[in-house]
Amino acid sequence: MRAGIVFLLGLALLAGCRRSDRSMTSDPHAEGGSGGANRSAAQQGDYSTSAYQVSEGARLYSWMNCAGCHGPHGGGGMGPSFMDAEWRYGSSMSDVVRTIDGGRPNGMPAFHDRLTGQQMWQLAAYVRSLSGLAPTDILSGRAEQMSGKAPFTQRKPDKPAKPGEPY
Amino acid sequence: MRRLLSLAPVLLLLSGCAGAQSMSEGAGFGSQQFNHLMLLFLVVTGISYALVLVFLTVAVAGRRNEGGEARLRSLLIGWVGFILIGLVLLTVASFFSDRREARAGAEQEPLKVTVSANQWWWSIEYQNDDPSRVVRTANELHLPVGRPVQLNLVSGDVIHSLWIPALAGKQDLIPGRENDLRIVPTRIGHYRGQCAEFCGLQHAHMAFDVAVESPQNFAAWYAAQQQPAPEPTDARAKAGHDWFMSHACANCHSIAGTPAGGVTAPDLTHVASRQTIAAGTLPMSRGNLRGWIANPQGVKPGAHMPAVGMTADELDAVASYLETLK
Amino acid sequence: MTASEHPDDTARDGPELDGPELDRILSETWGDKAGLIGWLTTVDHKRVGKRYIVTAMTFMLLGGMLALIMRLQLARPESGLITADRYNQIFTMHGSTMMFLFAVPVMEAFGVYLVPLMVGTRAISFPRLNAFSYWLYVFGGIMLWVAFLRDVGPDIGWFAYTPLSGPEYSPGKRADFWAQMITFTEVAALAVAVEIVATILKQRAPGMRLDRIPLFVWGMLVTAFMVIFSMPAVTLASSFLLSDRLVGTQFYNATEGGSALLWQHLFWFFGHPEVYIIFIPGLGFVSAMVETFCRRPVFAYPVMVAALVTIGLLAFGLWVHHMFATGLPRLGYAFYTAASMAIALPSGVQIFCWIATMWDSRPRFEVPMWWVVGFIITFVIGGLTGVMVASVPLDLELHDTYFVVAHFHYTLIGGAVFPLLGAITYWFPKITGRMMNDRIGKLAFVLVFAGFHLTFMTMHFTGLMGMPRRVFTYPAGLGWETLNMTSTVGAFVMASGVLVFLGNIVASLRRGAIAGDNPWGAASLEWAATSPPRPYNFAHIPAVTSSTPLWEESLPVFSGLRVKQRELVLTTVVEAVPDIRDPSPTPTIWPLIAALATTGLFIWSIFSPWALVWGAIPVGIALTAWFWPKSPPRHGREPVIE
Repeated sequence: MRAGIVFLLGLALLAGCRRSDRSMTSDPHAEGGSGGANRSAAQQGDYSTSAYQVSEGARLYSWMNCAGCHGPHGGGGMGPSFMDAEWRYGSSMSDVVRTIDGGRPNGMPAFHDRLTGQQMWQLAAYVRSLSGLAPTDILSGRAEQMSGKAPFTQRKPDKPAKPGEPY
Repeated sequence: MRRLLSLAPVLLLLSGCAGAQSMSEGAGFGSQQFNHLMLLFLVVTGISYALVLVFLTVAVAGRRNEGGEARLRSLLIGWVGFILIGLVLLTVASFFSDRREARAGAEQEPLKVTVSANQWWWSIEYQNDDPSRVVRTANELHLPVGRPVQLNLVSGDVIHSLWIPALAGKQDLIPGRENDLRIVPTRIGHYRGQCAEFCGLQHAHMAFDVAVESPQNFAAWYAAQQQPAPEPTDARAKAGHDWFMSHACANCHSIAGTPAGGVTAPDLTHVASRQTIAAGTLPMSRGNLRGWIANPQGVKPGAHMPAVGMTADELDAVASYLETLK
Repeated sequence: MTASEHPDDTARDGPELDGPELDRILSETWGDKAGLIGWLTTVDHKRVGKRYIVTAMTFMLLGGMLALIMRLQLARPESGLITADRYNQIFTMHGSTMMFLFAVPVMEAFGVYLVPLMVGTRAISFPRLNAFSYWLYVFGGIMLWVAFLRDVGPDIGWFAYTPLSGPEYSPGKRADFWAQMITFTEVAALAVAVEIVATILKQRAPGMRLDRIPLFVWGMLVTAFMVIFSMPAVTLASSFLLSDRLVGTQFYNATEGGSALLWQHLFWFFGHPEVYIIFIPGLGFVSAMVETFCRRPVFAYPVMVAALVTIGLLAFGLWVHHMFATGLPRLGYAFYTAASMAIALPSGVQIFCWIATMWDSRPRFEVPMWWVVGFIITFVIGGLTGVMVASVPLDLELHDTYFVVAHFHYTLIGGAVFPLLGAITYWFPKITGRMMNDRIGKLAFVLVFAGFHLTFMTMHFTGLMGMPRRVFTYPAGLGWETLNMTSTVGAFVMASGVLVFLGNIVASLRRGAIAGDNPWGAASLEWAATSPPRPYNFAHIPAVTSSTPLWEESLPVFSGLRVKQRELVLTTVVEAVPDIRDPSPTPTIWPLIAALATTGLFIWSIFSPWALVWGAIPVGIALTAWFWPKSPPRHGREPVIE
């Protein structure tokens, strides 16, 4: 009986541990403009290891028509593939956010002012996951769409395309 | 005493259960059918319950009865007969009520509307043979009284359910399926509909306004909806218009007659004419509009509208612009 | 002494071996080791059953606390007490805990404890499987609650419709924990169901023909068959869901040829029988209590049995009534309306028979009978609102509103929990050897009954006024405020009643009046055992000549079973003629180890499909050790099968 009560109290203490953080509210004045692109290392971690943020990134990827250049699941097209290990401008979270924010030569538009800072971080978390850079336990196996690729949880990065070869 | 306590809410019933989202409004053919059928069911089940209570009371408090096996056996047969007749009656009544509702307004040409449900808002599109006369709006439904409306129901993500209790029963919107719901509104008024299938975080805040109007008022509303957004004349509104088009807003929202053509968020062409915003969450007002734009996550955490950083000036400008979109 | 005879072998119970000497030997044969080791290795159905009951009641309290939190949030419109995310987790946990971790396990628990006693045997069939099922159940429940407390609890509703629960709209592992909890609890439930069927059909006391078994045992038999046929559907559904989420299969993905509705069909094919699985044992409780306190068998026993079996069969043909709003063909719906209405008939017949039993006798209104009367008053309302929602035009308005919440709480609490609380009061003397306090019991009943009706009668009106289910808040101005506040107040009244009931249990454990073997003067066999029963249940296996064995002139016994080894007598299925002797397993640690290995496999498979390969190895080892055949004893032995 006593053991049971102690056990229940122990369970209650676990309530203090947060396994996943799904904070939706963020200070709007810290977002937007170039201010949104700057985040502390801890905040970066929040995004790149959060299943919720990655799934929001997946939603935004489709809504913002990133697929138009980068392919439906990041397989590439006019724009480079996210599914290989090659990241021309760096693959860290802040590198990718800077790419989205300021654009890059050869066609990547700048989404500064078009996306909030939080949205850029969510997108960064998602596209990195396509390359196997995110822990698999936060990824979903597939999206509710047509798919032609193996599940995200089983993906290993593709070999980068050589010039002249199909990707 | 305890039984009296459980009767108290019945007295509440008598004091009026009306409300913009109440079935007892009976403002549509379907909800009228519901009220009549419910009355029949209440009578039949009420009699059954009364019989059970009487028998129970006699058994608990009555005089002792010996050797009643034979009597009980015939009572049992009678009870079985009563239940059978009651159930058959209710099943048949319910079947015919269903058929009656399916035939309601069948001879009339229905108004055709496509409703596409998304997490957590409603996209409404009035169909028209002439594509240029299609009306797109969000989170509101205007219906002419007496004319059947055929709602074609699709979902953009998970399962939702469209339900206007005052008018008719509900129907689910299921991804991968097209469902149909025909409603015949019979009384003019303002009602409220709400999503009735758990669809995630803000399921509780996924409602919409329903206005049942006279045919003339409906035609006037429809004609106004077909107009593109008016050009802003005021300097403040102009500034808001420019800010809207060059920032995140235009990515997701659409305003007919402007460069904003996003399809993933509600159409705002005539947003100022709506009664509520954020899918029925807030009544439309200057303060609420500003509050919603400034911090959507504070009102509806998890909604897909981000908090776009703007200064107080920019906020006022954008809101002023939106207020011109009647 | 011949080679085939041995002192251990010749010791048989009978006229020569009786009384305290028999008790000593049988206690040694059937008892457990002392202390923690004994607790972990026991296969005694009574100890496992008690464990099950205590764990299930704990989950009931946890689920009830969640309900109170929900009611606090809903007491006022647009309340900011709980966030949407937390509320969605809470209502999912409330439903899942109550349905999977409390209701079915507690009913099965009473079956595990009572059925062997009621049919007059020494042990449940497959006792090691019984122990294994308990560990699996408790580990699964702990997994779910730890996940909840760490903010990875499921937030998809206890019914987890796809595609909301699918990989795209439920990110992270929340839904996976829910789906795997299903696997845990369903395997455990299936195991217990199999044991109950085998015990009832093969281990009855000689002479206990099928038309002499207690109605509670009939109820458990029907329930167990329902479990066996319905649980696989939900395990399949949840496994498909786990597979979609983990390895990207397309079962529920409409764009690739799957179907979102497939989930609903599979889930409700289980889900509807599930509520009858919860409800039928409650009916069994009522029958047992009515028989005892009216001092006569329940009126029209064959009709009662037919009603139970009919409910069990019909329950499988109703599931589409949960899907009336999904747009399936209307003509098909008409069938399900008719079937859903039809199931009211056997229930109505049973209600008549119980009241008839009371009418044709002099009932004693001890506390268990108060719960029976409360059950009749309450459950019938639930059944009648069920008839309402069986009708398609009515259901299309009422579906997914608080009207349905009211309906199922009336049937589940009125139809299962009230009888359960009566059953606890009724069998408490048998299980613990003490009586529960009478006056406190009556106070608890009044509080729970009044609180229940205040809470849930109101919800009928809340639903009729248009409030949908599963909403974490609602706007002001629609007329729902007073109704919700009333329900919240009622919930706390009911909770206080539950606390009083709990207090009664705790106080009575220490200071309750000592109960004899048969304090209520009941007729069924469990009251022939001591209170609490000895580890071996009965000194001699009883033989039965009627359906009310303890009310006959005397209770004959059957003797000749070995006493130095664990031995049971198996009888034929219908006539209960003694057939063969069967050994019964001794205490062992392997069920616990196998359960731990299985738990590891299940939890690991949430994170990686390779768990099914590598995790199977420890399970295989544990099962091999468990089933390793015992070598025959060095000295000769008579063949066991005679």
